[in-house]
Amino acid sequence: MPTIPTIFDTSKSGRIAGGQTPTEGDLSGLPNDLLRESKPVLPEVSELQAVRHFTRLSQQNFSIDGNFYPLGSCTMKYNPRGAHRAASQPGFLNRHPLTPAFASQGLLGCFWDLQETLKTVTGMEAVSLVPMAGAQGELAGGLMIRAYHEDCGDYERDEILVPTAAHGTNPATATMCGYKTREIGVAADGDVDIEDLKRVVGPKTAGIMLTNPSTCAVFERRILEIADIVHDAGGLLYYDGANLNAILGKVCPGDMGFDVLHLNLHKTFATPHGGGGPGAGPVAVNSLLQPYLPIPMVGKLDDQFIWLDESYFPLTIGKLAAFMGNAGILIRALAYALMLGREGMVRVAEYATLNANYLAAELSKAGFQLAYPTRRATHEFLITLNQEAKDLGVRALDFAKRLLDFDMHAPTTYFPLLVPECFLIEPTETEAKAVLDEFVSAMCKIREEAQENADFVKQAPHNQVVRRLDEVRAARELDLNWSRIEG
Amino acid sequence: MPFIPHTSSEVESMLQSIGVKDIDELFDEIPDHVPIANFRAIEHSLTEMEMVHRLAERAKLDELGSCFLGAGSYDHHIPAAVWDLATRGEFLTAYTPYQAEASQGTLQLLYEFQTMMASLASLDVANASVYDGGSGLGEAILMAVRSNRSARNRRIVIGGAVNPFYVKTANTLVRSQGIELVQVPHENGVFDPNKCTVDEPNVVVVQQPNFFGLLENVDAISNWAAERNALLIAVVNPLTLAVLKPPGEWGEIGADICSGDGQPLGVPMASGGPSFGFLSSKMKHVRQMPGRIVGRTVDANGDVGYTLTLQAREQHIRRAKATSNICTNQGLLVTAATIYLSIMGVTGLRNTASRCHENTKYLVAQLEATGRAQRAFHSPFFHECVLRCAGNVGNLTKSMINDHGILAGYPLGEIDESLEDCLLLCATEKRTRDEIDRFVELFNRILKES
Repeated sequence: MPTIPTIFDTSKSGRIAGGQTPTEGDLSGLPNDLLRESKPVLPEVSELQAVRHFTRLSQQNFSIDGNFYPLGSCTMKYNPRGAHRAASQPGFLNRHPLTPAFASQGLLGCFWDLQETLKTVTGMEAVSLVPMAGAQGELAGGLMIRAYHEDCGDYERDEILVPTAAHGTNPATATMCGYKTREIGVAADGDVDIEDLKRVVGPKTAGIMLTNPSTCAVFERRILEIADIVHDAGGLLYYDGANLNAILGKVCPGDMGFDVLHLNLHKTFATPHGGGGPGAGPVAVNSLLQPYLPIPMVGKLDDQFIWLDESYFPLTIGKLAAFMGNAGILIRALAYALMLGREGMVRVAEYATLNANYLAAELSKAGFQLAYPTRRATHEFLITLNQEAKDLGVRALDFAKRLLDFDMHAPTTYFPLLVPECFLIEPTETEAKAVLDEFVSAMCKIREEAQENADFVKQAPHNQVVRRLDEVRAARELDLNWSRIEG
Repeated sequence: MPFIPHTSSEVESMLQSIGVKDIDELFDEIPDHVPIANFRAIEHSLTEMEMVHRLAERAKLDELGSCFLGAGSYDHHIPAAVWDLATRGEFLTAYTPYQAEASQGTLQLLYEFQTMMASLASLDVANASVYDGGSGLGEAILMAVRSNRSARNRRIVIGGAVNPFYVKTANTLVRSQGIELVQVPHENGVFDPNKCTVDEPNVVVVQQPNFFGLLENVDAISNWAAERNALLIAVVNPLTLAVLKPPGEWGEIGADICSGDGQPLGVPMASGGPSFGFLSSKMKHVRQMPGRIVGRTVDANGDVGYTLTLQAREQHIRRAKATSNICTNQGLLVTAATIYLSIMGVTGLRNTASRCHENTKYLVAQLEATGRAQRAFHSPFFHECVLRCAGNVGNLTKSMINDHGILAGYPLGEIDESLEDCLLLCATEKRTRDEIDRFVELFNRILKES
């Protein structure tokens, strides 16, 4: 497939998509010095030219609809079209965000139902649906922890603890909340190093951020002990819900000692990832943190759904979005939850775990090294290609790039950093056994290729629209927008 | 079993391969003292047909007719092709383009988007999006504070009528970092820097057109900020940049950072989200920019390709020292906006903006002609306008919805007591003369009867 010229290269001055152009309006009353003189760089193309350009661009993407996409920690499972259809109805799409609640009972009813569902799913006391992604949920959680301590008159706590293997958003969030980050070690079996935790925790500890299953892809077995240690020191526990898919319907974060958490609806609740969002990262809390939830939420007064704002939550951390966050994603998540139902939710965890353990077992039998061979896989697992890198000079990155040539998206690479040359592999529950078997075959084939001709693998991909890209040049010689001179 | 493909014989052979007797055994590392989840409160599963039926009943409850409400979300025409293309599975169900070779479609599209947005603002660079206009202002302020190293305080001047929902949101995001937002009250609806009591602001924020739809004297404001060595953040509606002077050309040196909400560019109102926020800036601030940025480069053969770049700013590399914790945000909406901007082009965008202005001007003139409404402020307005009404605004908007299915503007009393009898109204290019005339007639009748 050849490179596609930019839309600006197709553009010709004076060409318009006539069917989309309204009659010009009269600007004569406006002061001249506030009007634009320069002509912006926008395409001037026909509607067909635009349609063809973006159709062709789309064909250069991998996607769940087209490819196996075992990206660890990202939960790339099937995104039901029905949920998309349900959320795209005119009553939802055309609703202005400032429409009063009395004329928005349909939407508010949906939000109420989703709040209730997520309370059950998490085992928590209350939910706010506003955060627009996991990272914003984390921010909300951090700000609630801060608000709680300040309300207790406790201003000394300025540290957030995270395991060394934590998602990058955890420490970045701590910084945004005005906290310092302190890392705690991970033991050889993948669990948090309890002794290290005991050394670090204390009167400075505002809280700890954890995922469970952890970012090492194993279940944190001593979670209740960790909760006691942190609570005894006066800190709170934050649950990063990125890995909730693994335990949905099995155990609840609320029963594992967590005080506050976020869910990634674009992971566990199958809303499409959209090439980088939109997501949704609702937060759930126990009664301790309920007063601080971000607004607005939906309440019920007699038979009417109402917005709960500052007047109901005077201690709220405030607004996180101009309006109600990613409302359309929330509707999609509700649609998915309705289709799963009680039984379906448990099956998510069961079959995600079955698929991961099967794939781990097959890869192990094929000679690949599991990072934590004595542990069960959860919904995902880690392998290390350290031996292949040493013996063949072919790194995890090379395997990843070569997998693309087999029409499979690469797993997450080099995360967490403490496992060298790793793949974090999450097949999800919606993949069939045959697909997992194909993945094992592809991995074996790549290893054979590497044994015969390492350079061939190191130069992969070979069959994609581009060869391996020069990222160093991209960062050094910044070319961030098209210019007419070059074109 | 919805969405799970396994047959029972496959399950058997998989369990055998793993070496366990049943699926339950795979969960044996979860300690017994953690209670088993109780999902009895969740109802049984619905088929797609049943689920769509249930949500269709809900959606129907919220259907309304003509919209004269703006205040940050606007009812514009969206070409059919925009969402037909944006919801192709290859765009809809792709992940963030970390594997560049498998994501050239999204990456090239983002590069094209950055080009369009930077050019609309007449600034050097644009990122590939943040969450929305409100949080985008928060990110813009954090970015400006990081960039303005010579500043001696962390005070941010909010000039006049900046969208109050944006200001509240930004405040949530910035206050834990010791940053103080100082609101300078508007003077006759606009920002008057002479009323500012902060001597040396670190950053100045101004919105054009402002929340009341009025045009600010941006050249003078830009120069005022520059004289005080403050960075200037321009909050804009991107549609209006087709006809209004772009932030990069304000005053002697132009605004430093431009932020706003992209909803007017092909995104349905949809209760305010998902939409997307955008940021553009002068090149000297690029390393403080949050969010994804795409760069053009070459591959091993020397052919053109695209990749995420300057990732050393981001949380997955930089962790606690990242410019922001932002990760997944609003990619698909940016896809829609890029397609929208491509189809509309220079002329389409310009005509849409000018048509909105003319429609609102007509609406305001007709309403004033009834004698029951008067403009509250006299600066020129773009496509929204504040009208002081002779009568109870709350009853008017309620009756318009209940009896006629019409959204009659935003009652400003909700945010400012002194504007209790005021409505913020907007007529986009979608409002026909007939719709406007009918609205004016109803407006007159309802206020007369009240």
